[in-house]
Amino acid sequence: MAILPMLSSAILFPAVLNGLMTGAVYALVALGLTLIYGVLHIINFAHGALLTAALFAVFLAHRWLGLDPYVAAVVLTPLFFGIGYALQRFIIGPSAHGEDRNILLVTLGLAVVIENILLYVFRADTRTIDLPYAFDVIEIGTAVLAVPRVVACAAVALVTLALWVIMRTTLTGKAIRAVAKEKLGAELSGIDVAHIYAVTFGLGTACLAIAACLLLPTYYVNPSAGNAFVLIAFTIVVLGGMGSLAGALIGGLFIGVVESLSGLYLGESLGQIGIFVMFILVLLFRPNGLFGERA
Amino acid sequence: MTRYGPIVAAVALLALVPLLTASNVVLNFLVVTFLIALAGQGWNLLGGYGGQYSFGHAAFFGTGAYVTAIAQMQYGVNAWPGFLIGIAAGAAVGAVIGAMSFRSGLRGSYFALVTLAFAEVLRIIASVAPITGAGVGTLLKLDLRPEAMQFQSRAPFYWIILVLVGLSMILVRRIEDSRFGAYLIAVRENEEAAKALGVNATAIKIAAMTASAAITAAAGCFYVQYFLFLDAGIAYGPWISIEALLAPIIGGVGTVAGPLLGAFVVKSLGEITKLATGDAPGLDLVIYGCVLILVIALTPRGIIGLFDRFRRGAAARPAASSPALPPQRAEEGGHV
Repeated sequence: MAILPMLSSAILFPAVLNGLMTGAVYALVALGLTLIYGVLHIINFAHGALLTAALFAVFLAHRWLGLDPYVAAVVLTPLFFGIGYALQRFIIGPSAHGEDRNILLVTLGLAVVIENILLYVFRADTRTIDLPYAFDVIEIGTAVLAVPRVVACAAVALVTLALWVIMRTTLTGKAIRAVAKEKLGAELSGIDVAHIYAVTFGLGTACLAIAACLLLPTYYVNPSAGNAFVLIAFTIVVLGGMGSLAGALIGGLFIGVVESLSGLYLGESLGQIGIFVMFILVLLFRPNGLFGERA
Repeated sequence: MTRYGPIVAAVALLALVPLLTASNVVLNFLVVTFLIALAGQGWNLLGGYGGQYSFGHAAFFGTGAYVTAIAQMQYGVNAWPGFLIGIAAGAAVGAVIGAMSFRSGLRGSYFALVTLAFAEVLRIIASVAPITGAGVGTLLKLDLRPEAMQFQSRAPFYWIILVLVGLSMILVRRIEDSRFGAYLIAVRENEEAAKALGVNATAIKIAAMTASAAITAAAGCFYVQYFLFLDAGIAYGPWISIEALLAPIIGGVGTVAGPLLGAFVVKSLGEITKLATGDAPGLDLVIYGCVLILVIALTPRGIIGLFDRFRRGAAARPAASSPALPPQRAEEGGHV
């Protein structure tokens, strides 16, 4: 970081700001992952494939129905909640036989299936959608910010707030927290654990639908588009502490800035390695994350 | 000897195939099947016997393949010692990743994640580093002489990979019968209890990962010798990580014959899919994924588990309570 002062703040400020905005979407993907981990204690290896599926859903909603991605969110969020609920309730849960190792493999299997169905149907082509506002910008000081990214940033703040309210005030939210803390105790007090697991998985998947709606105006979709985000999301989740929602948020913003700055200093492909190296280092030396709740 | 008899007999029988048919299609199919069985046997040693599920065995496959190719092309090493150097390099990578991961206490999901990340880092490095040919890939020079481990017909390749598969099975069987194998299984079943009894769990897991990596690296070395071409996506891509775990899990995880049986099933399904649908991209993998989920849902100990169940009577002994793989405590995998 000693070279930082070499660049004037006129370049640095926009890079940091853009990093924060990218980081906001990363945080949303990570939020879904960490929510599922916090309650089910599994890493959902199908997260990336589900994000890709959501991106295609947004793409098709625009292509076939002419739905604006932001409007499509209203339909797709509950739809993906349902998909996530069903996957956990009818496939992952029953296949697991109570073993974590099995859950790992089932989510990996789901990832392979979803990704390759998309590959089969859509081929490897990369697609984008054209929106009239995609290139609109807002100027803040020396920074020029794309409007869709500003919208995404605001939407992520809203979603986080909504999730927080759900977890704190609703009965279901209380049940989710109870199951996360003490599964057996929750079961004994009459909570339907299988249902709560599925609801949590559904919420995590719904986060992906929203993320997809926020991404597609400026991003592209192909059958492996989700993977790029998910490895970053893994990094964020580990960095922020598995299961910690606040950790995912802060971690997401942090990684967004790191990526933006390392892209600035090291170039694109090395910036990608930077993320992985950081991921491995964090896994090896701080597996409970910087904000992990449990030692 | 009776413990090794079935392996030797199976290898001897399979060795007759090239004498019965000269069909390149059949031999090629079997060579690729054995290749996956070998890579899968490596995964099986660590995952099946040690309970450490790696999602990144491509790291070892790719290292074996690249080191064999680079030793020959850049340093003029003969193919046969080059093969051994490739295996050693793969084992070294396994030892390093194993030492780093297990010393940090990673297990369950965390271990799966870190192995995946290591494989991806190697893939990205291989796709930009000049020594691997970067994006263009590495071509092994065509040199059809036995001294260069290249042959006119496919039969010698077939016998080489068959012998490698046989050796890997005998090695795993020997480990099964050894004190080391007993420790390894104890660590899989209950690491804390094993430690309490004085087993050095970390050292056992690192040793298992080294041996596991060596076996999978051998598959990588063979790959490049057989196909004569390599790029970062083939060497370190997720396809081999997935097929290496698919074969033992479908065949029967933690059994000597599981990887070979599973590789047969997986590759046959792949061929049938191709015949039925033409060469549609992705469809074979869709089938693999579905089979993986179905096997875990219906018969967690794979096809061999299914045979056992029939033998003992389905009602008397459901697979979940079979002694070889008791249910793990739900909180064990995720926590560190």
